[in-house]
Amino acid sequence: MGDATIPGAAVAIERTGAGARVVLSGDLSLVGVETIFTRLGEITGPGPIVVDGTGVSAFDTSGAWAIATLRRRLAAEGVEVRIEGLAPARAGLLETVEKSLPPDPVAPPATNGLIRWLEAFGTDVVTAWSTFTELLGLFGAVIVRVGEAFIHPSRLRFTSIVFHMQSAGLAAVPIASLMAFLIGVVLAYMGAVQLRQFGAEIFVVDLIAIAVLRELGILLTAIIVAGRSASAFTASIGSMKMREEIDAMRTLGLDPIRILVVPRVLALLIVLPLLGVVADLTGLLGGGVMAWLTLGVSPEMFIERLSDNIPVEHYLVGLIKAPFFALVIGLIGCHHGLKVEGNAESLGSLTSSSVVLAIFMVIVLDAIFAIFFATVGL
Amino acid sequence: MRAERPGGAARAEPPAPREAIIEVRGLVNRFGSQVVHNGLDLDVYRGEVLGIVGGSGSGKSVLMRSIVGLNRPTAGSIKVLGVDVLNATEPEIEAVSRRWGVLFQHAALFSSLTVQQNVEAPLREVMHVVAPLRKALARLKISMAGLPPDACGKYPSELSGGMQKRAGLARALALDPAIVFLDEPTAGLDPIGADAFDQLIRELRGSLGLTVFMVTHDLDTLHAVCDRIAVLAHRKVIATGTMADMLKVRDPWVQEYFHGPRARAAMADG
Ligand SMILES: Nc1ncnc2c1ncn2[C@@H]1O[C@H](COP(=O)(O)OP(=O)(O)O)[C@@H](O)[C@H]1O
Ligand SMILES: [Mg+2]
Repeated sequence: MGDATIPGAAVAIERTGAGARVVLSGDLSLVGVETIFTRLGEITGPGPIVVDGTGVSAFDTSGAWAIATLRRRLAAEGVEVRIEGLAPARAGLLETVEKSLPPDPVAPPATNGLIRWLEAFGTDVVTAWSTFTELLGLFGAVIVRVGEAFIHPSRLRFTSIVFHMQSAGLAAVPIASLMAFLIGVVLAYMGAVQLRQFGAEIFVVDLIAIAVLRELGILLTAIIVAGRSASAFTASIGSMKMREEIDAMRTLGLDPIRILVVPRVLALLIVLPLLGVVADLTGLLGGGVMAWLTLGVSPEMFIERLSDNIPVEHYLVGLIKAPFFALVIGLIGCHHGLKVEGNAESLGSLTSSSVVLAIFMVIVLDAIFAIFFATVGL
Repeated sequence: MRAERPGGAARAEPPAPREAIIEVRGLVNRFGSQVVHNGLDLDVYRGEVLGIVGGSGSGKSVLMRSIVGLNRPTAGSIKVLGVDVLNATEPEIEAVSRRWGVLFQHAALFSSLTVQQNVEAPLREVMHVVAPLRKALARLKISMAGLPPDACGKYPSELSGGMQKRAGLARALALDPAIVFLDEPTAGLDPIGADAFDQLIRELRGSLGLTVFMVTHDLDTLHAVCDRIAVLAHRKVIATGTMADMLKVRDPWVQEYFHGPRARAAMADG
């Protein structure tokens, strides 16, 4: 019949009476086999079929695999395959390969695209729900540990709390204050453009103060902290989980929630409101500077207007949200870290999803607070 | 490149005209002030299973890492398959590194890939083998390494230590290497698992014509599969030879190692 004259390996099939003769030649190693294995797959009975390996120059497991699969496939069809002209060492390799040739994989039953989509959607819903309940569970566990700490203050790990306050709080001061300062600048500038049209320049103070104190100062700080610390918590706890350090702690009678989660959550609870205060101040500063430069609102006027016209409630309404944001960020970061499994992939995907979820939840909470305060008239 | 290699030769013993497939000369390895190797010489012959023994921290892993190019030695020369690996060009290194496979001490499987994908990785990334052939060959290698077919879809973290070693071996064998480097392949395996692994190495050496460079502490393994043993001590290879030769070596460490109760038990079994 045909002749495959591709460089590498070659296969020639000659029909001989009832059966056929398959003459293999050339390089029957990985590279060569790639050129002929589809062609070998087309060989069919009737038999007997003789495979002649006299002209084979190189031979490795791939070549042995090609012959072994040919022989097994034809044997299943009741066609006998005989091998000729293979050197003893190669025949030995063929025998080893035939002995350990795994069964053909069973293809998973094809499912329809809609069903697959529904299944994935259902899985997502169930995962979201179980994440929610697990987060509540972790929250409860943290409350229990903190409650215990009231009775036995020595159970609280002060060194650890201070360490996390430093890395999640103090280290975030520059970025949080810079961000707030710029937000103040932007608000003042945008306000100036609009308010000048009405000759109501002085209202820029109200605009800046209310926006920064009530909403933006604390919200953006929380978003920055979510990006910095939720990921750090997930990565550090997650890599401990990956290397079975968490399991080791459990077997030693150490409680990972008390040792790892509580200090992180408490540290955030302490530092996020403080960062919020810093952001409020620098936000006002940025706005004040810009109002002075573009509208000529002097610092004295700014401060006077601020103290006369802006009730302190705005500031309190902003700050009261901070501990809630801190709790959400800390719990999500630690929870995702504890969910990490034994592979690098899950560490990466959980770290990124912890940041996304933490930021999303902060914004959702903020919206809920906005509705709540509007309803109670604050 | 592949064609020049003779096919799987079943050899029970090292061939008579001994061709050195790895030649290490005057190797010096220093980390800071710590000298790990100082003027180390070693030959590995084609088709043999060489066992490397030596105390913990004597530099067995560093020797292996130096040969496969993961650790640049301070001085010395290393030739693998005739290529001077320390001074070779990039393509030469690439070509020669396709002809060795390495099983690391902790298997070093890619944790985010399944066992099958681990074995497919070199076939895909290095040889660019088409998918159906690649998958079939990976499954064959996994089976040859003695893992059941259902291990293919598992992730490394779902396997026991012994199964991880087998999966690591399957990956090391993926490209049909001429040489495999095994770093403590049976460490941490139960005796039955270790015996099965020894058996596997011996079988594969026979049918694939492998040269095996094996770091091991396991006296049973040394006895069961190694043609030759090289002892690493005092920053050098202080002795090479068969198990019987080792018994005659004068060095106190070698004496203690091969005359201890464990050694005697291993010899008695054989
Ligand atoms: N990258 C490195 N940096 C510094 N020291 C190293 C490094 N790798 C190995 N060593 C040192 O070299 C010595 C030999 O290590 P190794 O080869 O791993 O020992 P073993 O014989 O147990 O496999 C050890 O003392 C180790 O501390
Ligand atoms: Mg070692």
